[in-house]
Amino acid sequence: MYAQTVLTALIAWPAIAAVGVLTAPARWAKHIALAGSLLELAISVPLWWVFQPAGGMQLQVDVPWIPSWGIHYAVGVDGISLFLILLTTFLMPLSILGSYSYITTRERAFYALLLVLTSGMIGVFVALDLFLFYIMWDVMLIPMYFIIGVWGGQNRLYAALKFFVYTFLGSLLMLVAILALVYLVAERTGVYSFSYFHLMGNVGELGTVAFWLFGAFFLAFAIKVPIFPFHTWLPDAHVEAPTAGSVILAAVLLKMGTYGFLRFALPLFPRVALHPAVQTAIVTLSLVGIIYGGLVAMVQPDFKKLIAYSSVAHLGFVMLGIWALTLQSVQGALMVMINHGISTGALFFLVGMLYERRHTRLIEAFGGIAKVVPLFAAVLTIVSLSSIGLPATNGFVGEFLVLLGAFRTYPAAAGIAAVGVIVAAMYLLPALQRVIYNPLDKPENAGLTDLSARELAVLLPLVACIVWIGVYPAPLLRRMEPSAQRFIESVRPAPGPAAAAR
Amino acid sequence: MNLDFQALDLSRTGDLLVALAPELVLTLAALLVLLVVAWRHRTPEDLRLAGWLTLAGLGAAGFAAWFLWWQAARAAGIPAMIAVDDFRFVADWLFLGTTALTVLVSFDYLEREELWVPEYFALLLFASLGMMLMAGAQDLMVLFLGLELMSIALYVLAGSSRRSAAGAEAALKYFLLGAFASGFLLYGIALVYGATATTNLTLIGVQIATLGLQHSAMLLIGLGLLLVGFGFKVAAVPFHMWAPDVYDGSPTPIAGYMATAVKAAAFAALFRVLGEAFAAVPAWHAIVWWLAVATMVVGNLIALAQRTLKRMLAYSSIAHAGYLLVAVATGTGAGAAAFLFYLVAYTLMTLAAFALLAAKGTNGERDVRIDDLAGLAQRRPWLALALAVCMLSLLGFPVTAGFIGKWYILVAATSSGQVLLAAVLVLASVISAGYYLPVIMAMYMQPEPSADAHAGMRLGRLGSAVVAAAVAGLLFLGVRPNRLLDIARVSGASVRAAPAVSSDVPPAPLREPTGR
Repeated sequence: MYAQTVLTALIAWPAIAAVGVLTAPARWAKHIALAGSLLELAISVPLWWVFQPAGGMQLQVDVPWIPSWGIHYAVGVDGISLFLILLTTFLMPLSILGSYSYITTRERAFYALLLVLTSGMIGVFVALDLFLFYIMWDVMLIPMYFIIGVWGGQNRLYAALKFFVYTFLGSLLMLVAILALVYLVAERTGVYSFSYFHLMGNVGELGTVAFWLFGAFFLAFAIKVPIFPFHTWLPDAHVEAPTAGSVILAAVLLKMGTYGFLRFALPLFPRVALHPAVQTAIVTLSLVGIIYGGLVAMVQPDFKKLIAYSSVAHLGFVMLGIWALTLQSVQGALMVMINHGISTGALFFLVGMLYERRHTRLIEAFGGIAKVVPLFAAVLTIVSLSSIGLPATNGFVGEFLVLLGAFRTYPAAAGIAAVGVIVAAMYLLPALQRVIYNPLDKPENAGLTDLSARELAVLLPLVACIVWIGVYPAPLLRRMEPSAQRFIESVRPAPGPAAAAR
Repeated sequence: MNLDFQALDLSRTGDLLVALAPELVLTLAALLVLLVVAWRHRTPEDLRLAGWLTLAGLGAAGFAAWFLWWQAARAAGIPAMIAVDDFRFVADWLFLGTTALTVLVSFDYLEREELWVPEYFALLLFASLGMMLMAGAQDLMVLFLGLELMSIALYVLAGSSRRSAAGAEAALKYFLLGAFASGFLLYGIALVYGATATTNLTLIGVQIATLGLQHSAMLLIGLGLLLVGFGFKVAAVPFHMWAPDVYDGSPTPIAGYMATAVKAAAFAALFRVLGEAFAAVPAWHAIVWWLAVATMVVGNLIALAQRTLKRMLAYSSIAHAGYLLVAVATGTGAGAAAFLFYLVAYTLMTLAAFALLAAKGTNGERDVRIDDLAGLAQRRPWLALALAVCMLSLLGFPVTAGFIGKWYILVAATSSGQVLLAAVLVLASVISAGYYLPVIMAMYMQPEPSADAHAGMRLGRLGSAVVAAAVAGLLFLGVRPNRLLDIARVSGASVRAAPAVSSDVPPAPLREPTGR
């Protein structure tokens, strides 16, 4: 029962809850939304135990949708998507709780959109039909567009439009690539189907067409990640979005790009992905992202923009880990994806809390507030250290694994990326110092109030995860290992045992 | 009289009357309405009476078309003047449905603008009769007859707001350019006749194949002139100049009608002419390809620069003509099916958008700027939601019919090897986000300029029903398009002529269409 319905329930429930939020009285909206998202979390938690690490793609459901076009409603979960689903359901209640005092206008619409967004995000992570995937990929665009455009800051219209147009451009080209791919496979097999497994099994050798198709997929995912030259929408969107929007954007939406590489772009077109020129280009772009993102973050006067650019750097690690194609690096990439969601999400929450108190996010407007708000300062310190990747925090585990794994494939690149870890310390620690240490020289800061119980309730689960994953990541790694292994084999068939078995 | 619907012999009067039943019913209805309004044309009640009679006539004609479709009527024997196939019936529904929706929207509009012209409805009936003849024409002469019937009725309708100078300008401009287009078309027909000695589409196809006329200069010039004539009617770039001015000056329901049904009729006729008569002539593929690219790119780019809603919608309809031309350019059965589906989606979203625009403004809505919608979402949430759905559907966003339609066109294009055209289509769609989204932004993301900024916005009960039905249809077709897709596929396949030689690969032919 649970196995048959859980994924569908995870997609459908937030949408149902959204209708409930819309029809309820406005002052109840946030409470209903919180209850709805907690139930969503409750539905998702048993996945942790139900999931069989060695079971491959599981909990699958496959129902014909538009059969004459070979379109099915097909969903499933494996060790790659499991954690992204859990991350999503874990962060949603926190985002809603974190918006309690931040969002004061049109609350019903806001919380309903957050819930619809949840449906879309889960849908992206579980879709095993390329049509369904595309629909979900675009569907979650609209709620985010509204969240930025309606509840955002001064420059929100520009940021929202830019966010939309960038993503839409990528996704539409991906649509053409999906259609072309399906057609090419149908020509060979006579079966017109958007099924992921059908396409994976029959994609075969496509020749130069594969480069074009990969290029379209790459563009869609690269904009979302974002990889270096395609990242310019990100700082705008982050800075303008309300706190919950920033958190979800950083924690989940960016992961859709890297997830797309792991699930679609590499397994479908391994030859292109392993082509030396493509490899060089992508590894170089990842490194540029790591270093450039860090350097640009260093000079940001706006704390939120600093975090936004740090995302570019973190996601560079993920891309490097994916392309290095070793077990450690892929597991590390998955870990960084999760950790970035937790740490950066927490950072955005903290900046949002500062903003609610002072209505500014400029680093120079603060200083010495550790004396006034000790709890806040303590949490900010822990989270910043985890974002830098200090040992015994979650950030260390992911980046260390990426570097370790990448060292075997691209030693030079791993060396440069290691510098990126130092750069991370160079932009985040001074900012931390200027905000919470230094002398308390601004009288406005003397009256700041410390974290409320509600704010603690938002932050403590995140801090708990930071410590837990930092100290004992084994349960996560164990669950992702077989899937990571299968991903690597789908891209680069194992030379050792498999060849020997033949 | 025993009728075999699957093999109507059109040389027998009885069978011919059956095959023409929808057109005949509509003619009778139009004459009846004309008679009624000759005596009663002064009061609002007269207007309403004429409107309801019109709806009844449309319903009867729709029933006739449905009946023929249900019986799977087909012609047998020698090629005749009129086609009897699913493509025609489905197109008929589309025209009749569009006309009905236009009539419903017009009730409120005519009363508000105090246009006591019940002839308006009779003209709408004649225009849709012309469209049905165009979509069913198996002969260039019938096609021309239908085109003129439709066009003349529309010249008058465009100027039906007699007090408006812009309306007069629109009518005159439409008339002059329309006459030009008819001239091109007629000359093209003459040259094609000169080359093939027939005006029957099927026989033209046969003549081209048997006489090897693929490269005959006279035939190609004739074909080119035909394309120019059609290009004017569908407002394809570079023959689009008249469209924004005419839409702008016409009463808004008529502008919506011109942007949807008129365009649909011209496209349906174009599709049949190219598919049945000129399937063996490769030359038109390149021409239509370039027309499609130019129309998509230019239409979208100019739409970006528009500030008033009505002109923006006018240019958007030009851009959509470009998308439809992509379906034409594929020249396959899949293209025809995609084309039919897209027409349904496009008609729903465009009509609803024009109906909402009509509710917003007065005096022809020429001055409703996009910024004037600011804050509409707080004041009139349902209207704003409806307009937002229309905009997203026009943009081709998933979960709306506009997406499925665009998807189908892309499927048809990629499966006929036109991947580049498909890429141009999606890039043009991205451009279109630049003018559809600002509408949503204005409604949802900008504050109301003043508390009574939207006080004058009124959508009558019938208008609301039309918009609600259209929006519900858009969303339903976006999630569950299965049935309409099947109908479109079967109908699209039916337009192919017997001697067609092109080797088309249908996109999803791998299972037989389930019966009706």
